Amino acid sequence: MTDDKDVLRDVWFGRIPTCFTLYQDEITEREAEPYYLLLPRVSYLTLVTDKVKKHFQKVMRQEDISEIWFEHEGTPLKWHYPIGLLFDLLASSSALPWNITVHFKSFPEKDLLHCPSKDVIEAHFMSCVKEADALKHKSQVINEMQKKDHKQLWMGLHNDRFDQFWAINRKLMEYPAEENGFRYIPFRIYQTTTERPFIQKLFRPVATDGQLHTLGDLLKEVCPSAVAPEDGGKKNQVMIHGIEPMLETPLQWLSEHLSYPDNFLHISIIPQPVD
Amino acid sequence: MGAGPAPASYAPAFPAAERQPSDPAPRRWPSPATMPSSALWAVDLFGRVYTLSTAGQYWELCKDTQLEFKRVSAATQCCWGIACDNQVYVYVCASDVPIRRQEEVYENQRWNPVGGFCEKLLPSDRWPWSDVSGLQHRPLDGVVLPSPHWEWESDWYVDENFGGEPTEKGGWTYAIDFPATYTRDKKWNSYVRRRRWIRYRRYKSRDTWAKIPSKDDPKQLPDPFNDLSVGGWEVTDEPVGHLSVWAVSLQGKVWYREDVSHPNPEGSSWSLVDTPGEVVQISCGPHDLLWVTLWEGQALVREGINRNNPKVGSSWCIVEPPTSENGIMHVSVGVGVVWAVTKDRKVWFRRGVNSHNPCGTSWIEMVGEMMMVNVGLNDQVWGIGCEDRAVYFRQGVTPSELSGKTWKAIVAGRECDRSHSGSSSSLLSAGCFFGDEVRGGGDSCAPSDVDASSEAERPGPEQAVPAGSLESPRASKGSSAAGLGASKTTEHAAEAASPADQTPRPEPHPCPASTPAELPWTNIDLKEPKKAPSQSAADCPETAGLSSLGMLPLGLEEPYCADDHPLWAWVSGGGCAMEPHAVLKWFTVQSGLSSSVQTLSPAITPAQTATWRKQIFQQLTERTKRELENFRHYEQAVEQSVWVKTGSLQWWCDWKPHKWVDVRVALEQFKGHDGARDSILFVYYVVQEEKKYLHVFLNEVTTLVPVLNEAKHSFALYTPERTRQRWPVRLAAATEQDMNDWLALLNLSCCESRRVLGRPSPQAIWSVTCKGDIFVSEPSPDLEAPEHPLPCDQMFWRQMGGHLRVVEASSHGVVWGIGYDGTAWVYTGGYGGGCFQGLASSTGNIYTQSDVKCVHIYENQRWNPVTGYTSRGLPTDRHMWSDATGLQECTKAGTKPPSLQWAWVSDWSVDFSVSGGTDPEGWQYASDFPSSYHGYKTMRDFVRRRCWARKCKLVTSGPWLEVSPIALGDVSIIPESPGTTESGHSIALWAVSDKGDVLCRLGVSELNPAGSSWLHVGTDQPFASVSIGGDYQVWAVARDGSAFYRGSVSPSQPAGDCWYHIPSPPKQRLKQVSVGQTSVCAVDDNGNLWYRQGVTPSYPQGSSWEHVSNNVRRVSVGPLDQVWVIANKVQGSHSLSRGTVCHRTGVQPLEPKGQGWDYGIGGGWDHISIRANATRASKSASQETSGEQGLPSGPSSVASAPQEAVGPVCC
Repeated sequence: MTDDKDVLRDVWFGRIPTCFTLYQDEITEREAEPYYLLLPRVSYLTLVTDKVKKHFQKVMRQEDISEIWFEHEGTPLKWHYPIGLLFDLLASSSALPWNITVHFKSFPEKDLLHCPSKDVIEAHFMSCVKEADALKHKSQVINEMQKKDHKQLWMGLHNDRFDQFWAINRKLMEYPAEENGFRYIPFRIYQTTTERPFIQKLFRPVATDGQLHTLGDLLKEVCPSAVAPEDGGKKNQVMIHGIEPMLETPLQWLSEHLSYPDNFLHISIIPQPVD
Repeated sequence: MGAGPAPASYAPAFPAAERQPSDPAPRRWPSPATMPSSALWAVDLFGRVYTLSTAGQYWELCKDTQLEFKRVSAATQCCWGIACDNQVYVYVCASDVPIRRQEEVYENQRWNPVGGFCEKLLPSDRWPWSDVSGLQHRPLDGVVLPSPHWEWESDWYVDENFGGEPTEKGGWTYAIDFPATYTRDKKWNSYVRRRRWIRYRRYKSRDTWAKIPSKDDPKQLPDPFNDLSVGGWEVTDEPVGHLSVWAVSLQGKVWYREDVSHPNPEGSSWSLVDTPGEVVQISCGPHDLLWVTLWEGQALVREGINRNNPKVGSSWCIVEPPTSENGIMHVSVGVGVVWAVTKDRKVWFRRGVNSHNPCGTSWIEMVGEMMMVNVGLNDQVWGIGCEDRAVYFRQGVTPSELSGKTWKAIVAGRECDRSHSGSSSSLLSAGCFFGDEVRGGGDSCAPSDVDASSEAERPGPEQAVPAGSLESPRASKGSSAAGLGASKTTEHAAEAASPADQTPRPEPHPCPASTPAELPWTNIDLKEPKKAPSQSAADCPETAGLSSLGMLPLGLEEPYCADDHPLWAWVSGGGCAMEPHAVLKWFTVQSGLSSSVQTLSPAITPAQTATWRKQIFQQLTERTKRELENFRHYEQAVEQSVWVKTGSLQWWCDWKPHKWVDVRVALEQFKGHDGARDSILFVYYVVQEEKKYLHVFLNEVTTLVPVLNEAKHSFALYTPERTRQRWPVRLAAATEQDMNDWLALLNLSCCESRRVLGRPSPQAIWSVTCKGDIFVSEPSPDLEAPEHPLPCDQMFWRQMGGHLRVVEASSHGVVWGIGYDGTAWVYTGGYGGGCFQGLASSTGNIYTQSDVKCVHIYENQRWNPVTGYTSRGLPTDRHMWSDATGLQECTKAGTKPPSLQWAWVSDWSVDFSVSGGTDPEGWQYASDFPSSYHGYKTMRDFVRRRCWARKCKLVTSGPWLEVSPIALGDVSIIPESPGTTESGHSIALWAVSDKGDVLCRLGVSELNPAGSSWLHVGTDQPFASVSIGGDYQVWAVARDGSAFYRGSVSPSQPAGDCWYHIPSPPKQRLKQVSVGQTSVCAVDDNGNLWYRQGVTPSYPQGSSWEHVSNNVRRVSVGPLDQVWVIANKVQGSHSLSRGTVCHRTGVQPLEPKGQGWDYGIGGGWDHISIRANATRASKSASQETSGEQGLPSGPSSVASAPQEAVGPVCC
């Protein structure tokens, strides 16, 4: 029988084949070839695109280069969302590879955060991990860790070292034996159809009667429109890491196995594609 | 060097006399699952007895519902009670192992010249039929059953076994005259002879209340009993299983039941013990504490109770109540604690109680008001709440904090409630219990209640009566039950019950649980039940969470009153083992429909079979395929890099200066071109101001062994070379956590570089070290190759979580283990646990495991003419407190548990079970140190010693689930025959219990590796070892060192039919046997390994034992007839290791004894099981399967083969 540990590996080693093309209006000295890359689903765009940046900068003049940003079919891609989430939310129904347009000009100030260095990504990542542990363990676990453990989490993600990351992250996934799960489940629900960036509420993994809450319970509670769309027949997909877990899946299990490295379950609600 | 009795003494056709005709048809007792080994016993206000299993979540009505009880007092496996007929009953829990006692009669004969041996004896002689001494006349038909609760197992038969040797000629033993020393052989001067007839009786009244027979003189008989207490099981050590049963009569007298023990559950008679006052209540602890309450409100404490004197003690000592105005109403004692309830229902804890001061020093008032309290196993405390009549558990009672922290109510429902709620869909959520609609829904539930077990006592016709009229009999029953129990402690209940008669109400529910608000006495006895807020969980998670805990201190204004709790009158925790780490389902309301929730018991948890889980696995695979398959040529965004973990450890410098040296270590991990990863461990050290380093490639590491002791957290690292040298790299960490992190990381790196991940294969080789650590190795096909087998020092061993003494595997994937405390464990299919957390461990199938062992130290004394024995020895003597060798000083205060993983769980006590026997105080005498000791003093003895033992306990985790309740000494699983994949039959598994009973497990299969129940296989003496071979050949070794073969074992007759006594090698006592496909090997007490010669299908008992080797501790023969042992000592180039895995080389069908030894991992290995490895080398498979793997040829051909068995394994 397959082990739950394999899920962690599959999640970690999820890759999205991506084709980067330079935006047509960018001024180049010679034609820019598209650049193909396997992006780790669990990482962040600006963390893993050094090669892309170098590739396109080779054909550009220094003065035409300002901060790099990415866009897919007109939507600027938020670097502070994990790559897998961006893909699931915006491009899961389009054909592979994922086409991303690279910009070096006209940074969309109102849509994106600036990312001047990797320290910013690290700060963002660590603040997510801390927020998640505040929900799960009242911050007890993350606070008991040493600085080097925090660094190991970040370096694990940075260097794509699964075991380096999980050697520490497992402690964040533990809970007292007498409880049936975390205090609250760290989750964020994203919908392309609403203005709101995401939904985040306090939600416990176990009901008062001892029953484990499921993914369906969560959606019914915090995002009822996702499971029972108002406009009748049109159905939604509930997607995490490119898969659609059954609504009966216990939320605690999902949180332990399908969370992103920032320890959040990033759930995309997207309209069912019409084939 | 063939040895053993001449085969001639054993004709191929077995004479009938050599079978043991007694052997009864094995009896199948009810499965142990029906009665939990650990349960809380309680009596409700109606006098019904319930048990609550520590593994369960519902109160179960006691099977025998004919009787109503006033009080019960439980021990493990049995419970004593006083019923409402004022008679005493004992309920002995069913077990797969019968309680059987041997009766014996000696038949004596004298030789006379005319008729030879005959029954006519001389007038001065003993009776022709007598007891062993010959003094008592004892005809066969004069031996009667002691009570109606016993039955005969079979008829009388002659005992053929004489001191481990089979006798001939009808079991007669000969002597010159009575009484004398008897011998097996008849000599010229043998004038008398005798033989032993034996017959077994069995206790049959199990899982039922058996009335204690009163054969005593009616005048002597006590008046009706009022209270009763069971304890004393720790006063003496096991086999005997002594119990102290004390009772108090209505007249206030104290009685003791004589001779109660596990093999004699009823005891023999009541005897009166004088007391200085009128006693109302009594409590006897597991050890030497005995307290009683006097009518006047004081307590009496018995002093001087000890092992030799469990009953009488020496004197009574009076303890005054905490306050003079409110006397003591109830006491309960444990091993080292006393709790009391005074007449104002206040609860008190007695400070300073121990064996030396059973009276203690002072009272401390505790929070809460209780009707009664009861101290159970491990000094855990239970009580019945005064207000709500709920059973409370004292939380947080630990050896360091005996008074605990807080009272926690048990809100477990009863079985009848469960069937109720399960039958009605309107009651799905607990919240519904609080709503009004439940009452209305009662009628629809009524049919299901008819099925409930609690209704068994209701006369049949009444079932048709309208619901309303059911109330009156029930109410009167309640009052009568309470009324009968209305001794001085339960007036409260009587008060409560009487108004019930005056206010009969329509009450459709026999279970108060379903509509407790309707119960008459709730209005009188309890405050208005507080309804839980009916807010939905989602609205207010905080409050909802709190109410689900059901944990409110009693002192609060509004006592928590779960709407569905029964009203209790009495509780007894003497059979309830509360593990501090165990998660009990008693304290939260269970929904009853938790099929999707993970539960602990089954080997495969529902979560792992759930559809959602499969779906996730499947979708992830599909996703990977979709997103990666056509794009593998794309560049990776992140390049793999070298990762280095560094840290500070200590390293054992094994040359000058021979000490632990502080070192920096670095583990460099990198990924090769082929994706395989490899790692190097660097150890940087400075010796004599020279900076140096050593490095180890982790793909060469064969094993990492934790070496925990009280001083260091260290581990040893072996490579094949270091295994040969017997010289591992030893590293130590500053903390246990640090060591575990390194061990887990290094292990993971080793496993990854060898691609050994996940669950071990069914063919895996399992072993256990002397520290109880479990190691498993994946067998290479070359391991058993006939030519150039893989050297066994190259085997890679990885550790599994858990702690075991014995582990046995079979290639079906069924693996069983036995802990140091005898607990049987079954492998769950997980991996990791213990210090292997996170990635190195499976998510499921890892459970808490605990083990208990004893630490022994010796007290040594020398005799001198002036003062006798004193602890002042000669200057040359050993330490006056030492280890067994006398070389190491070991004081009581200075001796620590074996490592930090272990914690003391008992105090030091004298160990009387040492070999050689002891005097009543535990002393063993000898002429001088060191010498052989005996249990009595002679004129020539000038020194003496005694052994002290202290129990310590370890709690860890691993892929193991307990198979309760029977503790085991040995276990063996049938090896799979090579080439056969028969299915359908259950897998044969045999075991020997810790008491020496031979057992056969039924229902073992790959899907249910734990099996279902034990089948007891009768023997005439306790056994020590058992092994089942490939063709259902069962061999066993008795504790007296003799060997037995079990005849006719087959899938259809799993227990076989009878034992054949096989003579041991001359002057040797066998201690272990292992049977492979056809080979039978045994090890004796002196470390000799013997091979059974001449075993053929038609003659499976073989002809003689042939010596193979000495220096062997334990043997494991596998399905390929391969022979592996644990060798005692093996010398390497750098040092010597004790306890080493060795593989017999040159084992061939024509050479089953092999030729030499190949040495594997060692230094502290205790046990190996290669019985799962049926993996044959692939290249030779074609030759081998052509039928060559037959039986060894006859003795002649073997004799002509070279007999050169390499003798000693080493040195």
